[in-house]
Amino acid sequence: MARMQIYRGMKIGEAKQYVADKLGTSLRDIHDAVAMRELREDLRIGTLQPLAGHPKGIEAKYNISKLLDIEFNSIRASRKRIEG
Amino acid sequence: MAKIHSRMGDGWHVEISEVELKQELENGTQDAVTQSNLLPLSQDELDYLFDICKSGNKMSGVESGREVVMSYDGPTFEIRRLGILANRQTAMQIYERCFGADSIEFSHIDYSYKQVKPIIHEEIPQFEQLQSLTIAPMLYGAMPNLGLYTKPDGPVENPSELMPMGKVKEAQAAYEEAIELSVSDMVFVASEFYEAGCDGINFDTVGASGDPDFKATLVATEKLKEKYPDINIEIGMAGEFVLGMHGEITHNGKRLAGMLPHEQVKMVEAAGANIFGAVMNTQTIKSFPWNLARSITYNKACTEVAKIPVHGNMGIGVGSLPVCETQPAEIVSMASKAMVEIANLDGL
Repeated sequence: MARMQIYRGMKIGEAKQYVADKLGTSLRDIHDAVAMRELREDLRIGTLQPLAGHPKGIEAKYNISKLLDIEFNSIRASRKRIEG
Repeated sequence: MAKIHSRMGDGWHVEISEVELKQELENGTQDAVTQSNLLPLSQDELDYLFDICKSGNKMSGVESGREVVMSYDGPTFEIRRLGILANRQTAMQIYERCFGADSIEFSHIDYSYKQVKPIIHEEIPQFEQLQSLTIAPMLYGAMPNLGLYTKPDGPVENPSELMPMGKVKEAQAAYEEAIELSVSDMVFVASEFYEAGCDGINFDTVGASGDPDFKATLVATEKLKEKYPDINIEIGMAGEFVLGMHGEITHNGKRLAGMLPHEQVKMVEAAGANIFGAVMNTQTIKSFPWNLARSITYNKACTEVAKIPVHGNMGIGVGSLPVCETQPAEIVSMASKAMVEIANLDGL
């Protein structure tokens, strides 16, 4: 939700709907910590307690970026540092 | 009749009756109306506020489904201020993972763009490293802090010394010179962090030095948006109205001095910023309910006209919270609930 506000200037209601749609879930579930924990694992976008073999940090950001359809500046800069 | 636990604007405990509570809420919203011609809170809203303030619970929370984004300034030094020996990276992870921060902000203890400029080569590698560790969007934040450009801290003549001497024109010229220097530093530092991959830039406590400070930030935002059209900028204010330190500065034909949150947000939007942080200052000699009703009246007017998200600034002495170092949990949670549910804020 914060990313939609920062990157697209969306108000909170619009941001929640956009994220729910992109994650393929309901507005009810994006407010549910239990449901979101499972969804984050399924979508490989990082969980509160890190899981072995699952994306962390910038790896998770990469997947979130693809899901939300926004190129994060952090991903762009990281790619530039890797590729030179 | 049972007394209701409440607090004054300085944080000290006070007990009031239900009648007094209702009167305080009414007086708070009317103060906003008297000062600014805004609409007062409706009776339904005042009744809802009354129920929140009367609750007596140690913690309050928003209704399920009304959760909002939590953004923070200065997390890197807030943890260390508690005496916890954590470096900046650890502090940011604490905010992300323990406090549930939806956005985090990398910053330096000397929290001003002028001070960061000469050490930026030290800041960037640590920032880049932290981007690899964290998932939440990470901004870089600091203050415009125009005061630092004036003598003895900077090269510009000090307007605070010129004004009492009656040298008004000279003082205004000094402010205008400070604006140019400040814009240059803000654009430089923000550019470096944009290139390093920050998700956004936070210009914090904007207006702390009055209308010149606000002007510098608006100009810097426009220059950055022109240079990097996809840069994200958050502008958080220092006070509820822009002090007229210069008094005659305008932007896009509008005088900045005296602007209130619902006017400030339109200037910020026009400059191209993505998020606006509205501030209401707490009056210590008034009660918490008075400050809360007043703060909500102004914030609601702001969110009603804003096209961009509005994050209510809530901290020591702002957003109706008391001016005291250790914040009372029941007040913080009541205020947060009320500000979100009645002022319709997009975040805190």
